[in-house]
Amino acid sequence: MPAPIRLRELIRTIRTARTQAEEREMIQKECAAIRSSFREEDNTYRCRNVAKLLYMHMLGYPAHFGQLECLKLIASQKFTDKRIGYLGAMLLLDERQDVHLLMTNCIKNDLNHSTQYVQGLALCTLGCMGSSEMCRDLAGEVEKLLKTSNSYLRKKAALCAVHVIRKVPELMEMFLPATKNLLSEKNHGVLHTSVVLLTEMCERSPDMLLHFRKLVPQLVRILKNLIMSGYSPEHDVSGISDPFLQVRILRLLRILGRSDDDSSEAMNDILAQVATNTETSKNVGNAILYETVLTIMDIKSESGLRVLAINILGRFLLNNDKNIRYVALTSLLKTVQTDHNAVQRHRSTIVDCLKDLDVSIKRRAMELSFALVNGNNIRGMMKELLYFLDSCDPEFKADCASGVFLAAEKYAPSKRWHIDTIMRVLTTAGSYVRDDSVPNLIQLITNSVEMHAYTVQRLYKALLDDISQQPLVQVSSWCIGEYGDLLVSGQCEEEEPIQVTEDEVLDVLEGLLVSNLSTPVTRGYSLTAIMKLSTRFSSVNRIKKVVSIYGSSIDVELQQRAVEYNALFKKYDHMRSALLERMPIMEKTASNGPTEIVQTNGETEPSVPDTKLPPLITQPANQANDLLDLLGGNDVVPVIQTTLPTKPASAGGELLDLLGDLSLSAIPPMTAYNKNGLKIEFTFERANPNPNIAVITIHATNTTEADMTEFVFQAAVPKTFQLQLLSPSSNIVPALNQGSVTQVIRVLNPQKQQLRMRVKLTYTHKGSPVQDLAEVNNFPPQSWQ
Amino acid sequence: MMHFLLLLSRQGKLRLQKWFTPVTEREKKKVIREMTLMVLACPPRSCNFLLWRDLKIVYKRYASLYFCCGLGDQDNELLTLEVLQRYVELLDQYFGNVCELDIIFNFEKAYFILDEFLVGGEILETSKTVVGIAMEEAETLQEVTHTHSHLSVTHLPKYLNMFLLFSQQTMEEYMSKPTY
Repeated sequence: MPAPIRLRELIRTIRTARTQAEEREMIQKECAAIRSSFREEDNTYRCRNVAKLLYMHMLGYPAHFGQLECLKLIASQKFTDKRIGYLGAMLLLDERQDVHLLMTNCIKNDLNHSTQYVQGLALCTLGCMGSSEMCRDLAGEVEKLLKTSNSYLRKKAALCAVHVIRKVPELMEMFLPATKNLLSEKNHGVLHTSVVLLTEMCERSPDMLLHFRKLVPQLVRILKNLIMSGYSPEHDVSGISDPFLQVRILRLLRILGRSDDDSSEAMNDILAQVATNTETSKNVGNAILYETVLTIMDIKSESGLRVLAINILGRFLLNNDKNIRYVALTSLLKTVQTDHNAVQRHRSTIVDCLKDLDVSIKRRAMELSFALVNGNNIRGMMKELLYFLDSCDPEFKADCASGVFLAAEKYAPSKRWHIDTIMRVLTTAGSYVRDDSVPNLIQLITNSVEMHAYTVQRLYKALLDDISQQPLVQVSSWCIGEYGDLLVSGQCEEEEPIQVTEDEVLDVLEGLLVSNLSTPVTRGYSLTAIMKLSTRFSSVNRIKKVVSIYGSSIDVELQQRAVEYNALFKKYDHMRSALLERMPIMEKTASNGPTEIVQTNGETEPSVPDTKLPPLITQPANQANDLLDLLGGNDVVPVIQTTLPTKPASAGGELLDLLGDLSLSAIPPMTAYNKNGLKIEFTFERANPNPNIAVITIHATNTTEADMTEFVFQAAVPKTFQLQLLSPSSNIVPALNQGSVTQVIRVLNPQKQQLRMRVKLTYTHKGSPVQDLAEVNNFPPQSWQ
Repeated sequence: MMHFLLLLSRQGKLRLQKWFTPVTEREKKKVIREMTLMVLACPPRSCNFLLWRDLKIVYKRYASLYFCCGLGDQDNELLTLEVLQRYVELLDQYFGNVCELDIIFNFEKAYFILDEFLVGGEILETSKTVVGIAMEEAETLQEVTHTHSHLSVTHLPKYLNMFLLFSQQTMEEYMSKPTY
C-alpha cells in the first residue's frame, strides 16, 4: 500500500479543481483511501490522514468517520499525533456525541504528563469544549494545576477553571483556595487569566463577590502600575502597556464596585486617572476609555466622575471613527435612564447621527433618540424622527413607526398635532406599521371627538392618493364609515373643507373592494364602512346593491358580512340605524370581564375592539328616545343592550361567574309586567363587594299556547342610576310556561334613590310582531336602600 | 466571552472556524452561512460592529480575509478589534508576512497559534513573545520522522527579516517543504 499523499499535496490538488463536481470527486476518492487506511489501523499515517480529513471538513464535507481516529491519536505517545488528535477532537466532536466521553481518560492522563506542552493541549481542549461530565471528572486535576508555579500551565488552568465553572457552577467553591495569591503573580498571562477567573466567580455568586471585594486595593495597584510604568516592549500596544489586562481589571472593578460605596470610593482616583491620562489617538486607548466609562457609570461614583464619563462619550460622538461613535451611542443608551439630563445635552449630536450612512449607527441613534424624547423637545424631535422615517431603510421603518406612535401618545402637545403625526406616519411608512397599531389608532381617533371632521377629511385625501398601504387604508375606510356624513357636509374647521359627494365617497370605498392591492382584511373594513354609510348617506339603494353583490363573494369573511348586512336591510331594517350608530368613546382598558359596571355611554365590552370586525354595539338611540319622551325627557339615560343572542350557553356561564360570590339576601321577588300572557318577574341579589349594586334577574314566561320568538327586553333608568344589561339566555319564550328566558340587569345606585325603570318589550307572537312599553315602579325598598 | 471566531475569504470560503460553545454541525453551517452573507455584504468603510441574534458581531478585513467573531454582551467591542489585530500579528510573526495561502496550507498551525492566544473564548496570553516561544518549543517536540519543519524558514520570527526569503518563494518551493 503506497503511503497516503501528504496534506499539502492534497490541498494543492483540490485547489486545482475547476468545478464543484470535480472537487467532490477528488474528495470522495481521498475519503475512500483514508477510510481504508483507518480500517487497516495504520499507526504511522493516521496523523496525516486525520489532518487531511480536517481540511476536507473545513471545505464542508462530512468527516464523522474520523472521530474515533482522533481519540486514537490523542492516546498515542507521539506529540505530533496528540496535537492533531486534540485539534480533530475540538473540530469534529462536541458534547452531543458519546465518543466525546471517551476522551476523559486520555485527558486525565495528559493533564499529568511530564511535558508541559502535552498538559497544555489537554487543558486547552478541556477548556474549549469539555462537557459537564468531563468537567466534573477532571475538575480536581485542573484545580491542582491552578496551584502550580509553572506560569504556562497556571494560566491555562485558570481559563480551564473558568470553563468548568460555566459548565458546572456548583464546582466554583472548589477553586476558591487556589485563588488566594493569584493576583500577586508578575506574569501577565497568569494575571490576565486570574482576573477572568475572579470575574466569572464574582458574576455568578454574591458570596464570592463579597469575599473578593477585599481585592479592590490590589487591583487598583496593579492597574496603576500598568499606567505609570514605562515602556515594556513585551506588552506594549501603540504606547499603552497591556491594554487587554487593563480592560479586564476595569471590568472586574465594575463588578466589585457595583452597589458598594466603599469599593467605589477606593476606585475613584484610579478611574479618574485612567479617564484623563489615556492616549486617545488610537483605537486601543479608546477601548480602555470605553471600559472606564462603563465602569464609572455602573458603580457608585461621585457626580464629578460621572460628568467626566458623559463628556468622554460626548467626545466619542464627535470622533471620525465610526466604531467609536457607535460605541458612544450604545453606552449613552445604557445611561440615558439614570443620567437623563446629562445625555440630553448631547441631543443634537445624537440626532445628527440619524443621518449617518452606517446602518449600525443609525439604529443606535434611533433607539437613543426615542429615549430622549420628552414633553419639551417633542416637536423638534418628532420632525427629525419623521424625516428619518421617510428616508431610512425598510428594516428600520416598523420600529421607527412604533416608536413615533408611542412618543406621540405620551407627549403630544395637541390633538391636532397628534393626528397630523399619525397621518404623516401612515402616509410615509404605511405598509410597515405594525398590525396592532390599527386598532390603537382607531381608538385614538374616536376619542378625539372635535377632530373627527378634520381627520376624516385628511384620511380621505390620503386614500385618493394611494391605496396600497394597508394600515392606512384600513384606518381611512373605518373613519369614512364612521364620519362620512361629516366629510360630505364639509364641516371641517381645522382646514379648508373639501367638496365631496356621497357618490365619490362610495366610489372610493368600492374601489378598495375591487382593488388587487387590498388584503381580505381591508376589504372587510371597506364593506363594513359602506354599510355604515347607509345610515349616514341618502344613497341607500346603491349601498344595498353593493352589499347584495358581495353576498356571493368567494371570500368567506366578506360573504358572511354581506349576507348579514343584507339581512339587516331586509328583516331588521328597524334596527339598522340603531346598530350602525356612531361609535361611542372607547375605554382603553384591559379586558376586565363582565364584573365591571361600565358607563352606560360606553361599550359594555371592555376589551379592545377586534381588528377585523369592529363590534356593532347596539345603541338603540331611537328607541331610547322613545323611552325618554315617555318618561318626560332629561332624567333618563339611554341604555346599552348587548346583542349576543347566539351564545346562550356562555351567557349562562357569565351569569354563574357574576353570581359566584353573591350572598342571597332576603329581597322578595316582584312581578314587573304581566300582560297578554307574558309575565316578567324580577328577582334580586345584592353584589357583595359593592353594596350599591343591585343584581336583578328577569324571568320571562309565556302562558299562551304559542311561543314568543325574537323576544327582546330593554330597560331604561333615571339619570342618577347606571344600568348594565347582560345577554339573555335566549330569545324564545316557550309557550305554556314550558321554560323561561332569563336575563341579568345590574343597577348601580350610588345615591340610594328610589329605583324606577321603564321597560320595552318586543316579540313575535303567532306571526305578528308585538311591542309594548311599561313602567316598573313597585320595586321593594330593600332593592335600592 | 467570544462565542466563535471565523476566517472567511472574499469569495465566502471558510478558512478557519473556532467554536467556544457547543454547537451542532447543522447549526455551525447555518451560522457560517449567515455570517458570510452579513459580513461580506458590508460596504467598505462601515462600522465594524453588527448585531445578530443576541450576539455582538465584530469583523475586520485583512487583505483578502475577513476575521469575524461573535461576542457576549459584556464584551468590549473596541478591545476585540485589538484582539483580532493581535491574532493577525501572531500569524505574521509565525509565518512572516502572512498571506491567505499560509492559512490555507498550514491551517493546523493557525489553530495551534490561536490555542496559545485564546482559550474558552478568553485571552490566554497578552504577550506576543511568549506565544512565539511556546510555538517554537512545541515545534521541537514534533517528531523528526515526519518533518524538518522546525528548521524551516516559515517559523523564524519576523524580526530576523527572513520573511523576505519567504515572500519570494515560488509555489513549488513552498510545496516542497516537508510536512504531514
